[in-house]
Amino acid sequence: MTSALNAKYTFDTFVVGAANRLAVTAGRTVAENPGSAYNPLFVYSGSGLGKTHLLMAIGDAAKKLAPALNIEYLTLDEYVEAFHASVAAGQGDAFRRRFQNVDVLLVDDVQFLTNRKEMQSELLRLTEALQVAGHQIVLTSDRPPPEIADLDERLISRLSGGLVVDMGLPDYETRVAILRRKAEERGVRFQPGVLETVAQAEFGNVRELMGALNRLVAFQAVNDTSINAETVKQILGLAPAAAAAAEPAPAPRAAGDEFGEFLADVTVTVGKAVEAWRARVGEAVLRWEGEGYRTQRLEALLQQDAPAAVDEAIAGFAQDVERLKELEAEVAELDPQAAGDSVFRDPERLDDAEKAAAKVRDGAAPPPGPSAAFTLESYAVGPSNQVAVSAARAVVEHPGKKYNPLVLVGKSGLGKTHLLHAIGLELARGRRAVVACLSTQAFIDELIAAIDGNRVDWWRARYRRATALLLDDIHLLAGKERTQEELFNLFNLLQDKDRQLVFTAPAHPNTLSGLEERIVSRLEGGLVAELKEPDRDVKRAVLERMLVQQNVSPEPALVDYLADRPADSVRALVGVVQRVVGAAAAQDVPLTAGLAREVLEGQAPRDTRRSSGFRTSGLVVSSLGGIKSREKMVWDWIDVTDRVIEELR
Amino acid sequence: MSLVNFTTREITCKIVYYGPGRSGKTTNLHYIYGRVPDTRRGRMVSLATQTDRTLFFDFLPIDLGQISGFSTRFQLYTVPGQVYYNATRRLVLQGADGVVFVADSQARQLDENLESLQNLQSNLLEHGVDVRTVPLVLQYNKQDLPRELILSPADLDDALNFRAVSSFSADALHGQGVFETLKGISELVLKRLAAGTAV
Repeated sequence: MTSALNAKYTFDTFVVGAANRLAVTAGRTVAENPGSAYNPLFVYSGSGLGKTHLLMAIGDAAKKLAPALNIEYLTLDEYVEAFHASVAAGQGDAFRRRFQNVDVLLVDDVQFLTNRKEMQSELLRLTEALQVAGHQIVLTSDRPPPEIADLDERLISRLSGGLVVDMGLPDYETRVAILRRKAEERGVRFQPGVLETVAQAEFGNVRELMGALNRLVAFQAVNDTSINAETVKQILGLAPAAAAAAEPAPAPRAAGDEFGEFLADVTVTVGKAVEAWRARVGEAVLRWEGEGYRTQRLEALLQQDAPAAVDEAIAGFAQDVERLKELEAEVAELDPQAAGDSVFRDPERLDDAEKAAAKVRDGAAPPPGPSAAFTLESYAVGPSNQVAVSAARAVVEHPGKKYNPLVLVGKSGLGKTHLLHAIGLELARGRRAVVACLSTQAFIDELIAAIDGNRVDWWRARYRRATALLLDDIHLLAGKERTQEELFNLFNLLQDKDRQLVFTAPAHPNTLSGLEERIVSRLEGGLVAELKEPDRDVKRAVLERMLVQQNVSPEPALVDYLADRPADSVRALVGVVQRVVGAAAAQDVPLTAGLAREVLEGQAPRDTRRSSGFRTSGLVVSSLGGIKSREKMVWDWIDVTDRVIEELR
Repeated sequence: MSLVNFTTREITCKIVYYGPGRSGKTTNLHYIYGRVPDTRRGRMVSLATQTDRTLFFDFLPIDLGQISGFSTRFQLYTVPGQVYYNATRRLVLQGADGVVFVADSQARQLDENLESLQNLQSNLLEHGVDVRTVPLVLQYNKQDLPRELILSPADLDDALNFRAVSSFSADALHGQGVFETLKGISELVLKRLAAGTAV
């Protein structure tokens, strides 16, 4: 019943000229602030001048800005049909409710209200209701409200109460621009001067102009020859006389019309004098100037008598502008403030722009990446963590698509951080991947430093570039309101762009205190995968790997014994291995299951205690690098159950 | 003054009708004004004394509409012919793209014609313009007067047209030769478009 918005009809594809600038500006304003700027907005113009295009562009732009808006486009006929259908079904009220809930109502061709009294009062009621509710209504017609025949006075005043704008026939420049764009869309190239000739002809509206273009496209395709400006006139049946074709509205030529003759005379002279190349350059200047670029290079061309390679110069200029646009877009993402620099608007200073962009690029160091020490290969897999690991693999295979976000939960020391970095490393292999992988504490610290240094924009830009964001220990966000706010925005932005998010937490997000509801709900929105206490398989794999790292042959008996020891986390296991390896080294004997048992269960050999330089300070030199104070590490203490058994003995 | 503006796509021609007092400059403009459709002409500004002598200047804008994609406008000016209004003449002459010299064909006015022509030359020089480069046409007005009172176009050419520019005999009151003159000067002015230079 309701026509869908046609994606082709957007503001981007709308060629703006003097004749429709006001209408387009008003349309944009309405799309940006529905209900508050001009309500109702009434646009009228002759047929084929872009009413429907504008209407749909408003809908499209409003939808893009606020996807939640309820936008409805329909022609008056469809509206009438819907009304009749609902009345026939005895659902008149439902019909009214339906339209009163529309945030932006776009009604096309309201001139057909003539002689439809009941529809007029229905529309009046709807317009009132929508206005009261602050909802936007946009209408189009082929004439202004007072000129629609038989229209209710109240409706006239209601419709005229907002903004009434008209769109006129496009001027010559706009016509050329429209033809250029359409030819470009169709991938058709014409000889210089062809489109200009078409634009000079008198067409009542844009549709007819398109028809003419279609004929040319078809002709060129069929005949396999490129058309020149002269043949255009034959194909389109335009008068071959230059004067008549070049003058859109020739003055009536009565006998003895001296002015008409004079005009024809001038037209011929101007036509000869204004060379086509000047017109092309002039057009290019107009276009780029309109987009805010400096055009002195092209203007310099106009000063010359007969410059060589004009088209190449224009193309070169366009190329430079394109490059500037690229640079500006890149810089805008890294440092929005720097993108405002005027060098990005001056093709003569392209080198400076490149330098400025390079500077910004250097300044925007990539966010901290994953640690190379934690690889996915070295991650021990067993039944206790299988779910999490397979989720991690799925994330690596389809970043952003499968589980987004992935939240790894589990107690301390179960390998969450390892898995997080492992995912980060895998994701970082992708082309142009920028993986931000860091602890939440570091994230908070960076933000504080950025606020301190007054460069929050820069900080944001740095993370917005990231193709994946992995944060360790998300629970540390508790009470950090500003960081939560920033993360919330970053989260939404990255998720919208299908970029992967991975977090770790000690427990299920909804049990974490101090996190805002909106963050928690977003964390729960993906997959929460739990890591459990390591099972025997995991322990064996970890032990074997660690023993090999310590240059100890992983004897099955030793591995079995250690794996059977109670250990509620991988980290605890690491501590156990360090203890036995340390003991063996101190005694200078090979590590065996027996020695391990002696160290862990029985009395440690007397002479090893504090005798070796290795442990005199109470410090253990960790094989993984770094020095840790043993006394402070709870996981090195004898397990409670072990102690009970010991005491029983 | 820029004759052709490629960026705004405008052509503006400023044409000044020059000549001795009472030679018929304003009459030329009045005739043109009467022939231009309402939609194409602006208000003719005429500042005249009670005896119909131009006190300051006449100004007639004409909009020729879109020509080859350019919105084309002609601005026609006259200068006051009397000797003592030279400052005004110089002012009006500033930025002129072309000059129509309207000569009075009466034999007794020859000296005035010559004097005015010299005055044109010196005023152009004041603006740094060489009279040899500025588009110029001559109009021998009042050719409808009795033969015995006037000089023939050939005689006037001998007397005034030492640069051998186009000359037109005219009867501005009845419109004869008025548009021919305008066409002549327009063509000269517009041909300079190709060179892309203005006065």
